[in-house]
Amino acid sequence: MTLSNYSYWQIFQLLIVPAFIATMKMLLIASVFSTLIGFVLGVLIVVTEKGGLYQNVVINRILDFFINTIRSFPFIILLISIIPFTRLIVGTSIGETAALVPLTVACSPFMARIFQNSFKEVDPALIEAAKSFGASKPQIIFRVMLKESVPSIISGLCLAIINLLGCTAMAGAVGAGGLGATALTYGYQNFNMKIMYSICVILIVLVAIIQYFGDWIYRKLK
Amino acid sequence: MIEIKNLKKVWEDGVPVLKDINLTIEDGDIYALVGRSGAGKSTLLRCINGLTSYQDGSLKVDGKEIKEFKENDLREFRRHVGMIFQHFSLLERETVYENVALPMKCWKYSKSEIDTKVKSLLELVGLSDKINVRPRTLSGGQKQRVAIARALTMDPKFILCDEATSALDPKTTNSILDLLMEINKKMGITVIIVTHQMEVVRKACNKACILEDGKISDVGSVKDIFIRQPKSLQRLLGEDEKNLPSTGHNIQIAHMMDSAKDGEIFGNMAMELGTVFPIISGNIQNYQGEEMGVFTMNVPDEHFENAIRYLDNHGFKWMEITPSCSEEE
Repeated sequence: MTLSNYSYWQIFQLLIVPAFIATMKMLLIASVFSTLIGFVLGVLIVVTEKGGLYQNVVINRILDFFINTIRSFPFIILLISIIPFTRLIVGTSIGETAALVPLTVACSPFMARIFQNSFKEVDPALIEAAKSFGASKPQIIFRVMLKESVPSIISGLCLAIINLLGCTAMAGAVGAGGLGATALTYGYQNFNMKIMYSICVILIVLVAIIQYFGDWIYRKLK
Repeated sequence: MIEIKNLKKVWEDGVPVLKDINLTIEDGDIYALVGRSGAGKSTLLRCINGLTSYQDGSLKVDGKEIKEFKENDLREFRRHVGMIFQHFSLLERETVYENVALPMKCWKYSKSEIDTKVKSLLELVGLSDKINVRPRTLSGGQKQRVAIARALTMDPKFILCDEATSALDPKTTNSILDLLMEINKKMGITVIIVTHQMEVVRKACNKACILEDGKISDVGSVKDIFIRQPKSLQRLLGEDEKNLPSTGHNIQIAHMMDSAKDGEIFGNMAMELGTVFPIISGNIQNYQGEEMGVFTMNVPDEHFENAIRYLDNHGFKWMEITPSCSEEE
């Protein structure tokens, strides 16, 4: 049986819809985890900076090195090279769940930099003002730094999520499925133009929606 | 009361910023720390509420040494010291209400307490109608009023002003100073003003300390400093001495206008000495409602002794200024 026995609508239902769901699942779960991890890393790297709230040069250097190291891997290489780690965490190295680990690992440092840059934009005079009325360090982080940088964080997150969407396309390499993998196997390797371009259109729309949503929230909050 | 003794501070890179500062600020003062940029005045101000540390000497606020505070004690202490800044330092994303409420929220006051306090303070600073707007839509003067309300939330004993009027136009500056003076008078809050604007010192402060290069070069009541016209003050005012005539003696007289009318000094002097001296420069400054005149006249060598005798006999404070005055150390 070849693909030509199926109507486009059947192909859409059987191949593209599940692929779309798989991609969305990976995207959402990996976004949530990497935002959380990125937030913690971002806060840590900012507060340990020289002149930061909890200045600690050693921790700062280690974090910086760690983030740079992970970010220097192209995603496809990272995906494969951390297979033992993936197996340790989720017990398998194949499928959607297995793809979540490298996706989170790849996206967290990116998120960390986004948080770091957003926090750095907060006027130091504001932090000084908060100190002047006796705010505690955690209060300064959450009530001043985080609060003031929310719009900038939102637009950064938007960037990171779109970047993450690109990464999910490569998750097919560990059998995770999703839009990217479908486009490759059915569209490219099977020369099925319809599937190929349908997925392209879906991706374009998806990115546009994410970006539009991000911009909308940004404008709302700013 | 703030007592500063032999205070010294060196930056991390070894550059000294405060060199042996001795100063006493009494309760109820409006005290000016004046100086050019880089003189160390803002750093000195930050030593008072522990935003920056000092290496040597002592700084006691109501008998307590700031350097010895542990972190939590320091936070507790800062509740009693409000501070306002040159660029207002308000949260741009929060409303005026939230900005003023923030210190009380950090100290976990009850909602109703916060509400009453914030509303009464906003009324005091005249911004009750702006309660729910974002600072972005406010003018500079209004933003500083919000900052003042925020600084007052926890009933401080002191308010530190770091160049609080430097980013404002003269009229707004005056209105902010009026507000600070009102707070000083009504609430008995000691106000410490760091500024480089002499108008601010003249209008609002009763005492002043002139800082130059990390050292105190003059200290005293503002009236006294303006009458004495010490060189440090002249350097600060940046008066252009280059236009002074190079012949004869240039004599500067500063006096309060209630003690003599300017026309009378020069008129009487001319009559008594039988000659008229040209006035090179003169201005009348307003010092907290009183007028003070500062005049410079050129006296030829042959009349110099008579002229100073006349001035001394009539109790005028005078000083000779030379064209190179501003370059001298």
